[in-house]
Amino acid sequence: MRWVNRHIGRSNRLFLGALPILLLLLLYLFLAAQRHSANPFDKILPLPGGMADAMAALLFRPDQLTGQVVFWADTVASLQRLGLGIGIATLMSLSVGLLLGVLPPVRATFGPLVTCIAVIPPIALLPILFIVLGLGETSKVALIVIGIAPVMMRDIAAHVGALPREQIIKAQTLGASSWQIMIRVALPQAMPRLLHAIRLALGPAWVFLISAEAIASDIGLGYRIFLVRRYLSMDVIIPYVAWIAVLAVVTDLVLTLLSQRLFPWAHGTSH
Amino acid sequence: MTPLLSLRDVWVEYGDKIVLERVTLDVEAGSFVSIIGPSGAGKSSLLRLILGQESATRGAIFLDGLPLTPECGPDRGVVFQRYSVFPHLSALRNTVFGLECAKAPLSARLFGAARRAAVAEATEMLAAVGLGDSLHLYPAQLSGGMQQRLAIAQALIKRPRILLLDEPFGALDPGIRADMHALITRLWRDYALTIIMVTHDIREAFALGTRVLTLDKRRHDPHAPHRFGATAIYDLPLRKEATEAGVETTGEATIVASECRRDQEEKTGHG
Repeated sequence: MRWVNRHIGRSNRLFLGALPILLLLLLYLFLAAQRHSANPFDKILPLPGGMADAMAALLFRPDQLTGQVVFWADTVASLQRLGLGIGIATLMSLSVGLLLGVLPPVRATFGPLVTCIAVIPPIALLPILFIVLGLGETSKVALIVIGIAPVMMRDIAAHVGALPREQIIKAQTLGASSWQIMIRVALPQAMPRLLHAIRLALGPAWVFLISAEAIASDIGLGYRIFLVRRYLSMDVIIPYVAWIAVLAVVTDLVLTLLSQRLFPWAHGTSH
Repeated sequence: MTPLLSLRDVWVEYGDKIVLERVTLDVEAGSFVSIIGPSGAGKSSLLRLILGQESATRGAIFLDGLPLTPECGPDRGVVFQRYSVFPHLSALRNTVFGLECAKAPLSARLFGAARRAAVAEATEMLAAVGLGDSLHLYPAQLSGGMQQRLAIAQALIKRPRILLLDEPFGALDPGIRADMHALITRLWRDYALTIIMVTHDIREAFALGTRVLTLDKRRHDPHAPHRFGATAIYDLPLRKEATEAGVETTGEATIVASECRRDQEEKTGHG
């Protein structure tokens, strides 16, 4: 049987999907054990026990200076920045994307501007943000917004612009105004695409968050990783990176489920 | 009595390409005009012109004696071959949409008693096109024929002065198409509609229409085929005899139809 025709069942899919991850874990353990047998104080590839010890201090013991539990404080700070950034970018991209997609004069006026902003590497704007907005939370959130919003705007605008012309014409023959077409025809059909755009933007959003935190911050997941790098603390870095991966995967799953639940018509419900 | 729709010496040009030339046409209220002609003869252009989606390069169009604005409006309903219905709305909501647009300019949504009245009207209309059992299904859950029924119901709820059909049954299989012919004939009679239908199917054009227009180029320049536009080369009024099965053309018209078809086949052969 050709490989293109091989259908993988549900349980098999779980097994096959887990296989490479488990193999990588095993490989890591093997290499770590090897290094530790040569040098029991090796810091480059810590064993799970070492990671657990290092993380326990961050997970359960409050910091002496701030009185906060470091790991959770980092998580909350990072998620807050990420949430704010993505939230603002989402609202902006939805409104701007709709206007650009539905109204040709707006597209002609602001389309090139959005394109120009989208091609600037956001990290290059970080110094400007730090100078203008200071080193506080605002500049970090602003970096995320500037980093992901233009791409999302263009995506939504393109999606709305690609709605069949027939639909827009039909809506007009039903008496709809530009505004009504925007909120009743374009907006609902842009929503599944918006959730999709958020999913795609999550990766870059994390990149901008970690970058901003690495450069100027006193709390956050990215800040911690770059802080403990000075002490070669792989036993903290690796669990932090794994935690970030877990957070990203969970957000992605939630968005997928949300889209399927809220917009069943967009997910090929056939008869 | 002034005709419902009248075109006076209308030309449509795209750049130096002439699509329609010297089209002069009167459509009486209550007639069912079928438009046929080879591909590229401007059938759809003529329909878009009447719809208001395009404007004439030269000439004038009058609806009820008033010049037609080159913009789609609720006085002209339309059913396209595809994409006529909104995929994100259930059949009922697709139909209610037209009523909501007129009565709620800002929110395009109705509430309370107004909503109940609109839903009742839409339900009645959907029952009239045979979708009484599918009120809450999304278009993706409907078959092609049912989607076209929905598109017709959606258009009729606005009580348009003219219903424009752009190859509405072109994508349906023959059995369904016969059902749709019976449906559109019944609706045409029950609601005293004026219908203009563009079709590829000559048999359909003669079976449904009270008048058949054939568009084609009168003159042909082999070196610059785009410099001559199409116009109505045949304008055949048909006598109709209502039978139980629907409307059937008389023998005389059938003969003309076969001549017309042969004529067209020759033309396509050359082209």
